[in-house]
Amino acid sequence: MIPVEASIPIYKPSLRSIPLHFSAACFIGALFTDTAYWQTAEMTWANFSAWLLAAGLVTGGVALLAGLVDLARGRFRFAGLASALYVLGGIAIFAISFVNALIHSRDAWTSVVPLGLALSIVAFVLIVVVSICGSITERRFARGY
Amino acid sequence: MARQRSRLFVMATLFASTALLVSACSDNEPDPNAEIGPDPKLPDQSQYLIPPMHIAKVVGWKDGKVPTVASGLEVKALASGLQHPRSVYTLPNGDILAVESVAPPEVSAKRPKDLIMGIVQSFATGGTGSSGKSNRITLLRDADGDGTAEIQDVFLDHLNSPFGVVLVGNDLYVANTDAVVRYAYTPGETKITEPGTVLTDLPGGPIDHHWTKSMTASADGSLLYVGVGSNSNITENGIQAEKDRAAIWEIDRQTGMHRVFASGLRNPNGLSIEPQTKALWTVVNERDELGPNLVPDYMTSVREGGFYGWPYSYYGQHVDPRVMPQRPDLVAKAIVPDYALSSHVAPLGMAFSNGTSLPEEYRSGAFVGEHGSWNRNAFNGYKVIFVPFSEGRPSGAPKDVVSGFLNDQEQAQGRPVGVTLDKTGALLIADDVGNKVWRVTAKP
Repeated sequence: MIPVEASIPIYKPSLRSIPLHFSAACFIGALFTDTAYWQTAEMTWANFSAWLLAAGLVTGGVALLAGLVDLARGRFRFAGLASALYVLGGIAIFAISFVNALIHSRDAWTSVVPLGLALSIVAFVLIVVVSICGSITERRFARGY
Repeated sequence: MARQRSRLFVMATLFASTALLVSACSDNEPDPNAEIGPDPKLPDQSQYLIPPMHIAKVVGWKDGKVPTVASGLEVKALASGLQHPRSVYTLPNGDILAVESVAPPEVSAKRPKDLIMGIVQSFATGGTGSSGKSNRITLLRDADGDGTAEIQDVFLDHLNSPFGVVLVGNDLYVANTDAVVRYAYTPGETKITEPGTVLTDLPGGPIDHHWTKSMTASADGSLLYVGVGSNSNITENGIQAEKDRAAIWEIDRQTGMHRVFASGLRNPNGLSIEPQTKALWTVVNERDELGPNLVPDYMTSVREGGFYGWPYSYYGQHVDPRVMPQRPDLVAKAIVPDYALSSHVAPLGMAFSNGTSLPEEYRSGAFVGEHGSWNRNAFNGYKVIFVPFSEGRPSGAPKDVVSGFLNDQEQAQGRPVGVTLDKTGALLIADDVGNKVWRVTAKP
């Protein structure tokens, strides 16, 4: 047996990670419930969407604060395009979903169709982009640049 | 440096979007008086990001203040210290029944909006100091005719959010929010202790959005008409919740059998029989959140089997895009109501003036109690108006009869609800947040 030396860097998990994922799950869930409402006109689905958006905004707000703490503690660094997109995209998702929650406070059909559903789709696409940018950012952070 | 710049950018974006949202809710509101009468000018629909929720804060009547009346009239409190009086009814011997009523308890919030609306509304109704027992009927008797009731006693207690009351012969009918109940009435008595019997169940909870059940009897006394308001603004609680609602029920007084007399009336109140034609009339609260000047509330004669639009359309064929599935077949036959009262004024009471002792100009027409707006920034309503009638139809512009419910800081000293005439022909007004019954007479 030849001993092999290897170093495995272990990082403290970021503070923002958990609330950020919860928030994303809520906004993605709202796309599904919006779609269900669009197809059925059954108000229960629109109500689910409204609660999911509210929950996503609360957890998203927590994630934003946690992200600032991460920044202050050096657990996050702006480096390159991906990290800029990661932050701006995340804030855009929050802002779009806030407007979407207001749209969802309308009554009945137009609380979802067409604008609410459209914003849920936009938020979903941004979540995919931001997730990719986020993993690039984390990998770069792990490599130390 | 780069880090600082992008943080600034983020902050600026947040501020800009907030400013945009705030500016979106302070649009100039057009004059609501253009939409009064038989042919209102209806603006285009606009749907909000944040709907106006502007309710006058309740301060009550301080330092002996009274409402403002039109020239030739005077006003005095017939009774004070009531608990949220919402309608008034005159018995044949001159006694007045003041129906004191509060909304049934809310069901749990269906969505975040319900929580926020609840907070806004509690702000508006709080601070009156009237947290005493309500849901009862108080008898008022002014035996010496000085305009103040000497007797103010609980006549019927432990009711369930009552609103309508009507006497036919010696049968007294009370419309609770969930049932019409019959009581035996002996002329002159000041308290009913015998329990009543349920004549007909009405749509009540668990969801009971528009809960006031206005009631009147047909001219021959054989039928009762009951207004059953919708269970939502515009079907947001599901169309299932609207079964037999947004309608006027006709109830057989003997058997308690009922049928829907007319439908598509979002929240009908002030049910009254027009004395000349014997037609049934109602005032209706129309839908919210389509703009400051949509949709005008109205008064209308009610045709048997008539459909008046809600939820699918308003003023005939103006389709409401918030309702799905739509019903073009029903929209096609929607009746245009007779007389628009302007948007969001919230008419909750109506009484025909025939037999009034007020001056000549009030002898033929209807008084309407306008509870006042919440869904527009500039207040509308908060007054009692008079609509002149001739040949059983509205015949001119309305006149403000009693106003000044808002003080000069736009706080609510009171809000008018039900109206009726007393035995002398004076106008009575139930003031639900001022906790008074006002009596308007001709100036001697």
